[in-house]
Amino acid sequence: MAEYLIETCNLTRTFGSRREQVTAVDNLSLGVHEGEVVCLVGESGCGKTTTGKIIAGLLQPTAGQVLYQGRDVWARDKAGFKGYRLGVQLIHQDPYASLNPSHTICQTLSAPLLHHGFATSHRQARERAAELLEIADLTPVEDFLTKYPHQLSGGQRQRVSVARALTVSPSFIVADEAVSMVDVSIRVGLLNMLSRLKESLGVTFLFITHDLAVAKFFAWEGRIAVMYVGSLVEVASTPQLVSDPLHPYSKALLAAVPEADPVLTRRKERIRLRSQDIPSLLNLPSGCRFHPRCPCFEEGLCDTERPGLTPADDNRYVACHIAARGVGARP
Amino acid sequence: MTEAAVRGTRTPLKWIGGLLLAFGTFLKNMSRNKIGFVGFLMFIGFVLLTTVGPRLVPEANRADLTAIYQPPSREHPMGTDSQGKDIWAQIVHGGLDILEMALLTGVISTFIGITLGSLSALIGGRLDSFLTALADVWLTIPRFPLLAVLATLIQLNSVVMLALILSVLSWAGLYRAIRAQVFSLKERDYVEAAVGLDMGMRHIIFSEVLPNMMSYIAISFTFAMTAAIYAQVGLVFLGLVPLTRNWGVMINLAWTQGAIFFRDSVYFIMMPVTAIALFQLSIVWMSRSLEEVFNPRLRSG
Amino acid sequence: MRDDRASILNQSASQKSPAPSPLSVRDLWVEYQLERGMVKAVRGVTFDLRKGESLSLIGESGCGKTTLGLALIRLLVKAAAIRRGQITYRRNGRTTDVLALKERDMRSFRWRECAMVFQSALNAFNPVLRIWDQMYDTIRAHGGMPKGQARENALRLLGYVQLDPERVIDAYPHELSGGMRQRVLLAMSLLLDPQILILDEPTTALDILTQRTILDLMKRLKAQLGFSMIFISHDLSIAAELADRVATMYAGSIVELGPVNDIFYRPAHPYTLGLIRAVPTVTGEFEDLISISGSPPDLIDLPSGCTFHPRCPYATERCQGEEPVLTLYEEDHAVACFHSDRVRREADVMWKRHGDQPAGEV
Repeated sequence: MAEYLIETCNLTRTFGSRREQVTAVDNLSLGVHEGEVVCLVGESGCGKTTTGKIIAGLLQPTAGQVLYQGRDVWARDKAGFKGYRLGVQLIHQDPYASLNPSHTICQTLSAPLLHHGFATSHRQARERAAELLEIADLTPVEDFLTKYPHQLSGGQRQRVSVARALTVSPSFIVADEAVSMVDVSIRVGLLNMLSRLKESLGVTFLFITHDLAVAKFFAWEGRIAVMYVGSLVEVASTPQLVSDPLHPYSKALLAAVPEADPVLTRRKERIRLRSQDIPSLLNLPSGCRFHPRCPCFEEGLCDTERPGLTPADDNRYVACHIAARGVGARP
Repeated sequence: MTEAAVRGTRTPLKWIGGLLLAFGTFLKNMSRNKIGFVGFLMFIGFVLLTTVGPRLVPEANRADLTAIYQPPSREHPMGTDSQGKDIWAQIVHGGLDILEMALLTGVISTFIGITLGSLSALIGGRLDSFLTALADVWLTIPRFPLLAVLATLIQLNSVVMLALILSVLSWAGLYRAIRAQVFSLKERDYVEAAVGLDMGMRHIIFSEVLPNMMSYIAISFTFAMTAAIYAQVGLVFLGLVPLTRNWGVMINLAWTQGAIFFRDSVYFIMMPVTAIALFQLSIVWMSRSLEEVFNPRLRSG
Repeated sequence: MRDDRASILNQSASQKSPAPSPLSVRDLWVEYQLERGMVKAVRGVTFDLRKGESLSLIGESGCGKTTLGLALIRLLVKAAAIRRGQITYRRNGRTTDVLALKERDMRSFRWRECAMVFQSALNAFNPVLRIWDQMYDTIRAHGGMPKGQARENALRLLGYVQLDPERVIDAYPHELSGGMRQRVLLAMSLLLDPQILILDEPTTALDILTQRTILDLMKRLKAQLGFSMIFISHDLSIAAELADRVATMYAGSIVELGPVNDIFYRPAHPYTLGLIRAVPTVTGEFEDLISISGSPPDLIDLPSGCTFHPRCPYATERCQGEEPVLTLYEEDHAVACFHSDRVRREADVMWKRHGDQPAGEV
């Protein structure tokens, strides 16, 4: 098995005081190989953004480890930590909040270049900034370098965010819902640009989204990891997950998504859940977190014992007692 | 990639051109708010009156007891005081003190507020807890009586001294406001991006946070000025501060000489009061425009 | 010219459903003044809402769909003005000119005849009032009804939206989840038995599973209560799910209007085709997506001729100079484009490539 570029081991993150504690991420172990694309998928409140920020080094885990190039990130010395910080960059969701409104695009891009010595003069920094804007498909560059963020559209701002992330030549990019707030017609262009980064610069991606269709498109040659209330419930290659999901939650999600194809979507078989209630993070269900809503619920098993992520094929994992049983019986 | 994109050098001519453009933009943005612009013009007027005025208008030193409490005339545009001295001349010469002290206090207290407020919000932890607790206590101290007491203990005869003391006494309010503002800015995505790019605390404070607080800081500055003026005038009115002849002193003199009891002496007391009121008003009105001036959304590259 | 267009649209409408349209919009123009210039948010919009149908207004940000929705019940901001046009409302043989109504009559029109559920609806609740209080306030504000009857109605409607009526009616908004609040809003909108429901991005802020229940609920409610519905969205898949007819909007105008299957499988406007090609599906094999070049136009400084021409792969010189008008292309399918045939050929190729030629579609 190839080495993981980034790996989390039993990652846990809690928020709040001792009395009222919320576990946003619960014992999460996930590895991403170099050059791979992994999509972290889940509904709001499942902890995917928190996981993304921890992996990018912007939040410290409460327990567990984050390994970058095999070494624990929070145990490194200053130089080692800096190498990790610059090696892993995060792209934010909201294009209207991710750029400093008082800086021109050129200033935004030049600052990290000059600060870290990637450029030694303003002229050099400006040249490099122009190159980066070209990579991010924001052309003609002269038009954009002198502009302020409020003069750019949402999609253009996201490209600037990407260019900014590229100033420090990262090897890993966490894209946190990076296309969710962008118009549909612009989205594809952005996704294609990000894919090209993977090809040409060899950047590894962790793509966080709640939109399964976008996940399928972007990570078709990679894997999807499905999260529910802080834990992973299924990890599989994208084609496998989309065509043959094992976990009842994954099945429910895929069945619930409307499609841009009237006949297809109206014919789709919907999965009825046992309850509409979303679990409160302060009062989690016992055993399997999904059991109150799960159509495959088995009393005595699912509400007492928490299923762990068990292997269910080559390179595939699922956290479900019922599914794991079925796997054993598969040929 | 064209030459134009790479060009970055600036010639002296470009520098002057850039300054003029900046000034023009400044005026344009100031004039966006009508009241703000009026306030700005009034403020400039007062500055000119108190700085340039004294060179043009002779000081009213000669007492003329035959012409006390005269109504406004061609010779005395604002009438005369209890000693027959020209009120207009006294107004012209009496504003500089107030202006100096207001600006100085504004600068010092805003500086204290920004430094402590942003450090407190960005570093957090024990520093933050300590300063917040200190500020809470500080705010409960009644400022004016304390000032009055201090005035009897310390020699408050220099503008700088008075400015310092006023700043130290009023840091708490500004500190809290700036701290709250920095707290909210700290959570912005672009600040988090700067953290992710390992840009360092200095860059974050001066490049990411402060530039986006400029309008807030400018407005806080103007309110620090108005508070300082009131404090000073109050002290002078009570006779606690032995400064040279300024508007506050004029009010004090008018009061102690019973000017409010005579109809003729209304100018003596009302002129300095009006001058102070108008000056305060100009500052408050001007602050409305300051928000526009510092708004990055009005800039275009 | 416009009357011809209107009569053509009316003709096909009457062929399909003999009942009179509850709502007719003719040549509606809405503009508002900004410092930079005049924003033309809605430009010459003409359509009919047929009885019992659900019509979807699809478009991206800045296309004017929300402004259009607000204009229909005259809830625009003060700075916006309805420059021109006609909105006609019909019920039980009575015809009303909505734009001529006085404010007091307008208030009873809203909610009684035509209710709207807003985009930021989840935050539309007053946090210190119980659900019952807010419902009763709404009833009182728009015409009133005896308290006993109002309470009965409220409980009944809460049951319709699959909530536990007794539990929810006395709850505070923060005690309910996002999905539950959206259902309460739906119930509230139906309190006074309106004929028309306008929903602006009804499921945007909701999770996938919650969105599913709301979509199913909306279908069921419409079948049960028989109202007509206009829902505004940027999400094509919701239109595919719920709509009977779809209107695609671009730069303030409707560029294509037709039955949902026509719009998706036989689009005639390049923008509609572009949108369909840019949206991925979850089921099935991997499909390459194609983006639409350029960016949405500035509503103050619109391009000449056809507003879509700078981004259109089929644009010709004619498109630069002349703006196409929404005209009938096929039965019940209108489009504003000079090159619909080419678009249609491209669409056929695309769907053939898909393999699953939609069989059994109506």
